[in-house]
Amino acid sequence: MKRFYLAHERAILGAIGVVLFLMLWEGFERGWWAELLQPPLGPQAARFQLKPIFISSPTRIARMAFDMFFITGAIWKDIGWSSLEFALGIALAFAIGIPLGLAAGWYRRLNYAVEPFLAALNATPQVAFLPLLILWVGTGLASRVMIIVLLAVLPIAISALAAVRTVDARLVRVARSFSAGDALLFRSIILPSAVPFLLAGARLAVGRGMIGIVVGEIYGSSAGIGAMISQAGSRFETDKVFVGVLTIATAGVALVELIRRIERRVDVWRPQVAA
Amino acid sequence: MNFERLLIGGGTLVVFLLVWELCADSDAINPLFISSPSRIVHAGSALMTDPDFWNDVRVSANEFIFGYIAAIVIGVPLGLLMGTSRRLSYIFAPFVDTLNAVPRVTLLPLLIIWFGIGIWSKVAVVFLGAVIPIVISALSGVKTNEARFLTMARSFSASRTRIFASIILPGTVPYIFTGLKYAAGRALLGVVVGELYASTAGLGHMIADAGNMFQTDTLFFGVLIFTATGLVVVALLDRLERRFERWRPNVGAAT
Amino acid sequence: MTPKLEAQDIRLSYSQPRSGTQLVAIDGVSLQVMDGEFVAIVGPSGCGKTTFLSVVDGLIAATGGRVLVDGEVVTRPGPDRAVVFQDASLLPWRTVLGNVRYGLECLGVGTREADARAEKLIALVGLSGFEHHYPHELSGGMQQRVNLARALVVDPKILLMDEPFASLDAQTRELMQEELTRIWAQARKTVLFITHQIDEAIYLADRVVVFSGRPGKVKDSIAVDIERPRPIGVKRQARFHALEDRIWGLIDEDVKTKARVKPS
Repeated sequence: MKRFYLAHERAILGAIGVVLFLMLWEGFERGWWAELLQPPLGPQAARFQLKPIFISSPTRIARMAFDMFFITGAIWKDIGWSSLEFALGIALAFAIGIPLGLAAGWYRRLNYAVEPFLAALNATPQVAFLPLLILWVGTGLASRVMIIVLLAVLPIAISALAAVRTVDARLVRVARSFSAGDALLFRSIILPSAVPFLLAGARLAVGRGMIGIVVGEIYGSSAGIGAMISQAGSRFETDKVFVGVLTIATAGVALVELIRRIERRVDVWRPQVAA
Repeated sequence: MNFERLLIGGGTLVVFLLVWELCADSDAINPLFISSPSRIVHAGSALMTDPDFWNDVRVSANEFIFGYIAAIVIGVPLGLLMGTSRRLSYIFAPFVDTLNAVPRVTLLPLLIIWFGIGIWSKVAVVFLGAVIPIVISALSGVKTNEARFLTMARSFSASRTRIFASIILPGTVPYIFTGLKYAAGRALLGVVVGELYASTAGLGHMIADAGNMFQTDTLFFGVLIFTATGLVVVALLDRLERRFERWRPNVGAAT
Repeated sequence: MTPKLEAQDIRLSYSQPRSGTQLVAIDGVSLQVMDGEFVAIVGPSGCGKTTFLSVVDGLIAATGGRVLVDGEVVTRPGPDRAVVFQDASLLPWRTVLGNVRYGLECLGVGTREADARAEKLIALVGLSGFEHHYPHELSGGMQQRVNLARALVVDPKILLMDEPFASLDAQTRELMQEELTRIWAQARKTVLFITHQIDEAIYLADRVVVFSGRPGKVKDSIAVDIERPRPIGVKRQARFHALEDRIWGLIDEDVKTKARVKPS
């Protein structure tokens, strides 16, 4: 019995913590704690029950989720729209970021030229550009895709740049000693060693892209998860808000985990370095 | 700094600004859409004399400072605690990981419901964004303490508290600084995101308003301020880090 | 006369995490070191010398047998024993002075007194003037001197040294060996010194104990009857070579028979 606990201590303690938290939460909404504290505290005990508008509760969220996903199916349309924006944005970010990063990494002068812009863009909260984007292209699909591109392109470009710059000089020397031309060098050494960097950059880009979806939609769109959350929020439909938040969180975690798995498979030849 | 690097980098920047200015002045592109360096400077100087502007600056600054400091005060001890006590880290880990996975933006409507559209909802966004990297970096700082130092301390019969104070704590400093720098960026982002969504004052609010009224110069000026703040805060942290880490051969290369 | 340090039939075995079988690291080692004696331990790689030292210091608990200092059993690290590790393990954020006084801090000695004592030791090991330098500014040899000063400043009864010169280049190593004899002549501690290098052991010690390959056992104990002080030139003398051959012969048998078993 004890051995089982020790072997799975992490999962068990984690699970216990989560369960306790959920019970605490549920109790606040249903008034369990208020009831319990009635005898000692009297009327003051009523403070320990909070309105569902403020906090919702695990069971309410579960019920609403079931409803939104399987009964009315309302959420699927929103998921569809958000996924579309995400896909377009990320694809564009890759299309722009990878060539830019690789070129800047390869050609030193180009790197010097591009560097101040990348640094400035990196230091700015890119979200601040959203009003500008809306000013340019309105609040339709375009502005939302563009904000995703803005947010995701940097990690991709930077990782592509780093990939080219940090290629092991010894490998390059070996290739050159075999009279490898630039193109061959690129294909046979730079590209393969670039893969881990690009994957790491992709992972970061995906995370930021998810932020982009919500940011873009929350500011005035009528479809998409972010929009759904925003509208539910303004109508104090807290259960729906939570369902939306959890949906995005799950999607984000799933995507990042997927990329991590790919990273792990690709990384098989690497001696384990603490990430 | 490499002279060529400075020349090409600076040169491209200057060329970019010139082209921008020309496009706007010659009406090749409507300045209403892109503004221009001169207009931005103009708008900026006008704003500096406007008391409302300074109020916005104050509001945003407060949101940043309160949230960031709160994140440090809560995040560092929590991270250190989680790093030292395995059990505690198992209990808290699910919550830290979940908070990490949820883009703060999604929590905005929730935070507005709880804290209203005043300053406190923004402080909450800033706090939530900054506290997670700080906790995680403090945690890894504790965990990656070198075993050889611990063995050495044990050979001198050092007590657990002494080991913590004299070995573990100093060892976490580089990690904590890395976390602080990353958190500063997230904190700044929190201010923008929070204010763009729902606010009555602040620089983000100013940017949103400017956007609505096609005041592109003001908009750009606002963005510029955020960029400048980001750079300044990181530079300050670098300075601070260097003071704390005089013993290192090359600072800024933490991890 | 009670030995200063005595190990009685020390045994250490532990179960392998994956296969579950018991691995015997030390198989009944008994050793006596008299007050003021310098004893060196040599043996092939993986024979348990370092583990033995850790047991003597109390960092690892033995599965059997006991360790006595001045006739009393010890089970944990204490102020009576100090270790000079193979890796200098200097805290990078402390100056030389701060590092040397670390042990005293752990014992609760006040800073002023600790600093005064530390400064004397720093002078003894030949690093005067470097008190306020940081470890990264020091060479490997200098770092080991700080390591040594740190161990000596707590005034232990017994000094345990675990291949302290292993990471130094050949020339620095010889220099440090000479320095050590000088310092030891002044400090007059009881020393247990572990090394791979036979010449180092003979040069430094009054007596060389030869460990056999795994599991660790004492194979033989050979007295070094070369008078002190010993200039480094003593290493080229015939009697020195004779001792070397003898000890090498003892180890050789072990290395050859055990060479087929790869240490895990």
